Parts: sequence; C-alpha cells; structure tokens
Amino acid sequence: MVNTSAISAHEVDFFYGDFQALKKINLDLEERRISAFIGPSGCGKSTFLRLLNRMNDAVAGARMSGRVLVKGRSIYDRNADPVEVRRKVGMVFQKPNPFPKSIYENICYGPRLVGIKKSADLDSIVEKALRSAALWEEVKDALNKSALALSGGQQQRLCIARSLALSPDVLLMDEPTSALDPIATAKIEEWIKEAARELTVVIVTHNMQQAARVSDATAFFYLGELVEFGPTKELFTNPVNKRTENYITGRFG
Amino acid sequence: MSSEIFPRKYSARKRSQAVALTMVRLSALTVLGTLAFIITFVVWQGAGSLNWEFLSQFPRESMTAGGVFPAILGTLALAAGALLIALPLGCGAAVFLSEYARPGPLMTVIRLGVSNLAGVPSVVFGLFGLALFVGQFGFGRSLLSGCLTLALLILPTVTAASEEALRQVPLTFREAATALGAGKWQAIRQVILPAALPNMLTGAILSLGRAAGETAPIMFTAAAAYTLAMPDSVFSEVMALSTHIYNLATSGTHIEATRPLQYGSVLVLLSLTLGLSLCAIILRARLRKERQW
Repeated sequence: MVNTSAISAHEVDFFYGDFQALKKINLDLEERRISAFIGPSGCGKSTFLRLLNRMNDAVAGARMSGRVLVKGRSIYDRNADPVEVRRKVGMVFQKPNPFPKSIYENICYGPRLVGIKKSADLDSIVEKALRSAALWEEVKDALNKSALALSGGQQQRLCIARSLALSPDVLLMDEPTSALDPIATAKIEEWIKEAARELTVVIVTHNMQQAARVSDATAFFYLGELVEFGPTKELFTNPVNKRTENYITGRFG
Repeated sequence: MSSEIFPRKYSARKRSQAVALTMVRLSALTVLGTLAFIITFVVWQGAGSLNWEFLSQFPRESMTAGGVFPAILGTLALAAGALLIALPLGCGAAVFLSEYARPGPLMTVIRLGVSNLAGVPSVVFGLFGLALFVGQFGFGRSLLSGCLTLALLILPTVTAASEEALRQVPLTFREAATALGAGKWQAIRQVILPAALPNMLTGAILSLGRAAGETAPIMFTAAAAYTLAMPDSVFSEVMALSTHIYNLATSGTHIEATRPLQYGSVLVLLSLTLGLSLCAIILRARLRKERQW
C-alpha cells in the first residue's frame, strides 16, 4: 500500500482558445494527504484543480490533452462518465454557493441524485455530513431554515457538508476561505486537517501562510507550469527552484 | 480679481445648463403626465357608469344599456388562456437559448426571430390567426382561436423575460449542481428553473396585461359583437372588453347615447391592465428583497 496515488496527472496541457493555460503538468497526489496549490493569479492552479473533476468540460473553446487518473482510473477516457467522476471527486468553491433551499435540502441534493429516497436514510446522511463538516451543533434545530440565512462561514461549511454527503474520495477546494473572515477561516482550516484522516484534500489558495499551515505537500504553479512540488515544509524552508524562492519570499506575485 | 474667477462666459454656461435641465425634466414630466392624464380623463368620464349592475349584467337593448359582465369574463379567459399556452413555449425557448445554445448562427437567427416577432403589428397576428386557427384548423371564431392568436403575440415577450430571468441565476448555482453530480437537465429542472421562476412569472404577468388589452388579434378570431350565451366550451365565441369598446364607439346604433357605457368599459379595461402591471411590480419588489444572492 505504499505509494497509492489518489490523483495523478500525466503530461497535461490545457488551452483556452489559443492561450495555453497549462503546460505539460505531471503530478502525483497521495491518498489521505492535504495538497496545496499556490502561485500568482492566472498561473493555472485553479484551471488544473477544475480539471480533476471535469468541471472545465463546459468551458467554451477549451481543449485538453494528457491523462488524469483518479485512483488509477483515467477520468478523460472516452467511456468515463463525467457525472460519476464528480460524485467521487467533490468540489467546494471560492464563494459559498448554497442553493436557495433549506439546509436539509441542500445536503440531500447529491444523495437524491443517486437515487436515495428513504427519509430515514437521508436523515442520517444529513446528520453525518453536517457533523463531519463541524456544523451540526450550530444548525441541528434549524434544518428547515433557508441556507441563505446562515453566515458566510456557515454557508461554506454547509457546502463542504453537501459535498461530503456523496462520500467522495477526493475533495477539491478552490480558495475556500478567500470570502471568509479570519475566525471562519480558522474553523475551515481546522476541519481540513481533521478531514484528511479519511479524505484526500486538494486546496488552491492565494494565501501562502494557509498552505504552510494546513498542507502536507505543496505545488507551486507559475505561468501554466508546475515549477516545484514537494513536502510543504521543504518547499517553504528550502525551495529547490529560484522562482519558488522568489515567490514564497514575496519578491513577486 | 473677481473678474477672473467669474468670467463673462460663466453665465452663458449656467444658462445652457438650466435650459438643458428644464428640457429633460419636461420630457420626464410628459411621460408621467400622459399616464396621469389618461387615468384622470377615463376615471372622470367613466366613473359615473360604474356600478355593480354594470359589472355583473349582460348588455341590454342593443347594447345601449346594461352591463359588460360577459366582456370582462371573455377578456380574462382570453388573456389567461393565451398565457397558459405561451408560458410553457416561451420558457422552453428561453431554456434553450440561455442554457443549451452555443453562440453561433443558429442562436443569432433565433434571437432575431424573437425580436422581429415582437415587432409584428398586432393586426397581422389577427389576420394570421384568422387564416390558420379559424380557417385552416377549423376552430372557428372561438375562445381557442383567440387564445392561440394572443399566445403567439405575447410569445416573444414571454421568451425574452424568461431568458433574462434565467441569465440572472448565478453561475455558481450551476457549478454547485454540476459538482454534485447533476446532469445538465437535472440542474436546470431542479436548481435553475426554480430560482428563475419568480422573475419569469413577473414577466408573464406583464404579458397578461398586454394580452388583455389587445383588440385587433381577437377581433377576427374570437370576439362576438354581442352574444347572450355564456361560453360553454373553448369553441364558443366570446365578448371582450377591447372589442366591445370598439364596437360601441364605431358601429353601435346610438354611438352618442352610449358614451357613458364606452367610458365605463374603458375604465374597467384600464383598471384590469394597470392592476396586472401593479401586481407584477409589487411581486418583483418583494422577490428582490427576499432573494439576495
């Protein structure tokens, strides 16, 4: 069981029209680890993240080549179903995006799509998901309240719970705390560290301190290239590449 | 020194500013004034003949006396029927345009079609309805023919309003649904349409007002000048307020004598259409307050 990759990318190129957003990305992310993607705006880190659960499929004029494997299975194969991929690889976005429905209905959305109908089953899924997103205690008496009435931090944890309700193998997080205040951010970071016991987490962040605080491994992207990838501690204390050093010491970006 | 701070041109600039402001103010006032004048005039002339008998009775004595009850009923039935037909079609077209169609020649053609359909004069719709529904399909002059004709008339408005409503649904909802494993149609049906529905309804109510006020399209396809029978099926002829007013004012036997009845009918029709618009505006304002995403 050594060297199990939750996700591996081989020679991934990605284009928006004529613009090459990703250049020959090769990357292996270990199971049950927290990986962070850092780099300046427009470096391709979010684009790469969205490739990992085929969220870029609908982007007009986009083109991709190379292979992405999730648990050893190629998700861009002709017979791979993007919907199934997304059920195994969940995603949390930059801005909390709960549906304008109740808290309960938000969490049930994914499970209902896979055909879970019994209310007893749904009840237990909702409770489990809210507990694992550390939101249960705050909302257990208000499950029928509108999700939009929650605070920003609570909404984001609800979105996390909504993804967890599908029991994904991997959770992708695209700058999940950039719209939140420091206290809400701390709660989410705490949650991420807990979650990695059972889940592979990939987090894109603008905030280098955040990457240093939460992640086991860090990847530095620059101008569409993966410049450096390694254990977070090493990358931040002893970067191999000059560009990585310049970025983490704040000389550009 | 003061002559430098207040050069002679100053007063000319100030004058042109004052003139321009007066002009644009007057323009705005003209718009408001027109509405106010119409309402005041119609209420002034029509309020006298408005009473319970007028609203609840059939016309009598060759339409020189009595009420407009069948016309009110006919107008409501025509407008509601038109909306029932146009809403699903318009929503469908809007979903296609906003969610499925990729920018390209097809989309351009459909868009051009929608906006040109909106520009077709209503009398043309009337004649089209006469040829197609009344004649070709054999529906005769009937509620059904009238509803179908009016439905075509309001279709572009309903489509445009629905498309706008769909575009206002944030992209983040679509992303959330997709990331949770929803297929495209599932996301549309379960998340996007419910979120867009209130705004769609607002647009629909405004179209309802439009349909209620139209004359030409129903004149050829649905409206009886005078009928004592209440409509008993969708194939019955119906009276309508707009055509009733037209008939009283142009071809009645006692045009002068029925003036109060004409103004009364105008007042009823105006209240109906303005009332619908008001409903739509109130609904929109309430929903805007409720839904801040």
